[in-house]
Amino acid sequence: MAFIGRSVPRLEDRPLVTGKGRFAADVSFPHQLHMRVVRSPQAHGRILAIGTSAALGLPGVVAVWTAGDVSDIPPIDFRMTKIEGLEPYRQHILATDHVRYVGEPVAVVFAEDPYIAEDAADLVEVGIEELPVITAADGPVGIFAGTASTEPAQVRKGYGDVEAAFKSATHVVELDLSTGRHSAVPMETRGALGRYDASKDVLEMYGAAKVPHWNRDQVARMLKRSPSQVHFYEGHVGGGFGVRGELYPEDVLVCAAALRLGRPVKWIEDRREHLIAANHSRQQRHKIRAAIDATGKIIGIENEFFHDQGAYVRTHAATVPDLSAAMVLGPYHVPHYRTLGHIRLTNKTPCGTYRAPGRFETTFVRERLMDAIAARVGITPVEARRRNLIGKDEMPFERPIDALGTHVVYDSGDYAGLLDKSLRKVGWDELQMSIEARRAAGELVGAGIGMFVEKSGLGPYDGVKIAVDVGGKVEVITGAASVGQGVETVIAQICADTLGVDYTAVRVVHGQTDRIDNGMGAFASRVTAMTGEATRIAALKVKAKALDMAADLMQAAAADLEIVDGRVTAASGAKASIALGDVARHLLPVSRTRGEREPGLSAEGWFFSDHMNYPYGVHVAVVRIDAETGDVAIEKYLVAYDVGRAINPMLVEGQIVGGFAQGLGGAMFEELSYDERGEPLSVTFADYLIPTAHEVPSIDVLVTEDAPSPLNHLGVKGAGEGGTNAVGAAIAAAIDDALGLPGAVTQLPITPDRVKQMVVRRADFAASGIVQKPLS
Amino acid sequence: MKPASFEYHRPTTLEEAVKALAEYAPQDGRILSGGQSLVPTMALRMAKPAHLIDINGVRELADIKVTEDALIIGAGVRHAAFHKPVVDGALGQLLSFVVRHIAHYPIRQRGTFCGSLAHADPSSEWCLVSATLDAEITATSVRGARSIAVTELIEWAMSTTLAEDEILTSVRLPLLPENTRFGFYEFSRRAGDYALAMSLVTYELADGVIAAPRVGIGGVEGVPRRIAEAEEVLLGQKPSPDLFRAAAEAVANAADPMSDLQASANYRRDLARTVVRRALERSLP
Ligand SMILES: Cc1cc2nc3c(=O)[nH]c(=O)nc-3n(C[C@H](O)[C@H](O)[C@H](O)COP(=O)(O)OP(=O)(O)OC[C@H]3O[C@@H](n4cnc5c(N)ncnc54)[C@H](O)[C@@H]3O)c2cc1C
Repeated sequence: MAFIGRSVPRLEDRPLVTGKGRFAADVSFPHQLHMRVVRSPQAHGRILAIGTSAALGLPGVVAVWTAGDVSDIPPIDFRMTKIEGLEPYRQHILATDHVRYVGEPVAVVFAEDPYIAEDAADLVEVGIEELPVITAADGPVGIFAGTASTEPAQVRKGYGDVEAAFKSATHVVELDLSTGRHSAVPMETRGALGRYDASKDVLEMYGAAKVPHWNRDQVARMLKRSPSQVHFYEGHVGGGFGVRGELYPEDVLVCAAALRLGRPVKWIEDRREHLIAANHSRQQRHKIRAAIDATGKIIGIENEFFHDQGAYVRTHAATVPDLSAAMVLGPYHVPHYRTLGHIRLTNKTPCGTYRAPGRFETTFVRERLMDAIAARVGITPVEARRRNLIGKDEMPFERPIDALGTHVVYDSGDYAGLLDKSLRKVGWDELQMSIEARRAAGELVGAGIGMFVEKSGLGPYDGVKIAVDVGGKVEVITGAASVGQGVETVIAQICADTLGVDYTAVRVVHGQTDRIDNGMGAFASRVTAMTGEATRIAALKVKAKALDMAADLMQAAAADLEIVDGRVTAASGAKASIALGDVARHLLPVSRTRGEREPGLSAEGWFFSDHMNYPYGVHVAVVRIDAETGDVAIEKYLVAYDVGRAINPMLVEGQIVGGFAQGLGGAMFEELSYDERGEPLSVTFADYLIPTAHEVPSIDVLVTEDAPSPLNHLGVKGAGEGGTNAVGAAIAAAIDDALGLPGAVTQLPITPDRVKQMVVRRADFAASGIVQKPLS
Repeated sequence: MKPASFEYHRPTTLEEAVKALAEYAPQDGRILSGGQSLVPTMALRMAKPAHLIDINGVRELADIKVTEDALIIGAGVRHAAFHKPVVDGALGQLLSFVVRHIAHYPIRQRGTFCGSLAHADPSSEWCLVSATLDAEITATSVRGARSIAVTELIEWAMSTTLAEDEILTSVRLPLLPENTRFGFYEFSRRAGDYALAMSLVTYELADGVIAAPRVGIGGVEGVPRRIAEAEEVLLGQKPSPDLFRAAAEAVANAADPMSDLQASANYRRDLARTVVRRALERSLP
């Protein structure tokens, strides 16, 4: 019975759909206190005084802390992509002398219930002397503090001779493009509960997600404990998407308070807080130039961009600009390349990663560029791409740059093949004819494509422990985390097939730092590739041990035995068989039959990888524009994605469809806006518009397995981010096409107001007599 | 997002309710009706009323009455009551067409018609309907009851001429003559969002020409209102695409649109033109 490759139901669904889930807010302990964060009302200023006496006087308030109370706790460190010079820009858990964004924690209140805590927080008086505010990342460089400027670092990557490339070019295509600030808004807001168990001298944190082990190590370091004296527990997580589970000030504060106040301390983020306190993402402006020859082939690309990091550099450090610099080239040949990324600090919420970080942004930029190249040389957008795609026979394809500290080597891929399949799937040629006919009848309809290369399976390692108990149940313990994506099911499928049991007999334990010492967590579409392979390796060892033991018991050669549906049987078909649980019993420490074998039907498996692998995809969008209102209707949308090997195709499709909805948000709806004083304007769901079931069209999904990864045995590549990656790019292209104005869209999100302006511009063009024919 | 503490009162008769409001209004007391606007603002602590007088238990406010010439909607009547026509003829159909544009299904089960008028959001569909049809409301206090034209009630966005001790107890919408035609069109960013612009038009068709035209716009200016300039264009004319375009243009010229995060004033002007024309087109059978 094979489980890999089948759309078996999710193991995690039963508790979730029966209301038995255990999210951060569901965890409570007797005598717990509730924490409320007092946040800066100013975008930039010097803290003059913080008055806490009124708050402290409120019955039920136990403590109020300001920076002075936590001055022994260092700022939050970087987990990823550290580059020189970022240290001064780390965020302290409470603002010290200055506040640098609206929403920055300046004080915390601990009280007997959340209502009192919020009442008391209102009574904390924060005196701030206002300072000038920087809201734009592409303006002049300012002062962060002392001698530190608001441009802490630059990201430079490149190869070849870009000057020569531009000198030899027939055409130069130049664009100025921006993506809007937005971020993930998981259904479950953040939450953390710190508890000190004095009977064991252990500090516990509930509500962990994404990277529990790293966060445990950091909290241990910051609070001067040993990692083994700190346990992090992940419950159900209502969506991660890059944002949830990073180490934030609030996580450290509940832990510090639990230790000092001697009572459990609970903090549940509210939605307004989430929209100003959790990581923002995506805001980037690119000035990109391509040198091309007469046929539209790229000779070189120069890319300068401004990354709006917000007020501080958080755990991701330079991850997003690094990926932006490394991934902007996508599936194309680019003989010469140079990029300069400016990491800029602004007086806005600090930023981190969001699903397809650095790729949603740069796919928009690159694919806009490909469309511009097509328009310049007078070929179709499809043809412009074909002329530049990296060929299947060139795999593995090396780019002489690095991404997240790993060398960029596209491990496998058939980009042109997937483009063909996608165009066939949407009936591209007939589509072009019908679009032409409808245009002739006065409709504004158009189609656009976006191609991309994703990255997944980030190492460097993953390890799992597998044990079979005497009842025949299998427990897989991993340091990976689950943010709701189906980790338990997929890992169980891999374990089940490898070992020879039913996948429902496998229980996957994740995100519990007291069950396994090491773990990388869940991010960068890494779990199925990395944890999956570690699971397979561990399961093979368990299987070998089971067969070895059973061989003794059944008086057969291990090589003649196999495990089917949880029983060891003779491959020859002989009737005799023995249940795995019984094999486990023979391996108990007290068992006489165990012989010299190590006790336990269990094993550890480790998998190491220095390289990421590279899934790839194609998005196709067909849109219709309402010329009067600027409204854009998505008539058809295809996501084609090659994931090497789909362990559970249903989950892959789910990832793609959900990812698409978030991509659509960034492409057309979601924007975290600020006024010129740095006041956030999108602080509720009335102003921050996430697409709802009504706005998200049903889409076509094509999952292919044409290019298995050579980097892991199963050939798996990650599936988490391809649905999001090219939504901005494809919709922008379709809108251009519908308007017959190549290059019209230069900015995301594409709102009706902005589309209406393009429609007006189109009418002006028509009036001026310049004919802009859409290329199809 | 925990509201500040407040004292909760739940009267069961109108008499008790007005007494309670008279007593607590000076101490920052407020009426709680459907709660669909008030409760979110309390959760955000943008509103911190010290007293809430919940009128959901007042039986005598719960009904819709039909008289010879009007529909009278009590303060307890929810948006959802209008999903199906509440009265024969054009008015019932009009209300049931419009109501589907208000928020989402669950919100319509709680929010009230009268609460919408008291709240006076510029993009409230019921404010637009009431302004376009020249509705009147009854305001009741310990001092007695008075009627106020809706055009007099709504002063500016989110602000009414109700005295602090007055409950908006009912709204009176005139029934529409049998030969009335209506059209409504709304544009919003997402389904259920407040409109960026919307229009309600009604007119009677007598001998093929338009009589008694009413052209209302909402979501465009601070207060929904009728646009006399457009009504003049329509009066006495035969419905035609050109006529509708001219009326829409008159609205675009007369409007003084707001500007906010979702839409600039210029864009709203364009939308006003479009929603009026489309509302007029929808009035055709
Ligand atoms: C997500 C969302 C979307 C929405 N979208 C729309 C929309 O598209 N269109 C729309 O029109 N509305 C929309 N609403 C608002 C909704 O229609 C409210 O129900 C309505 O605005 C207020 O009615 P209520 O009965 O809920 O009033 P409440 O929230 O109870 O009260 C609102 C205010 O009016 C006062 N008040 C209420 N009733 C009376 C009374 N009888 N006498 C005196 N004062 C009174 C209250 O004191 C309070 O100040 C939306 C709400 C939400 C949450």
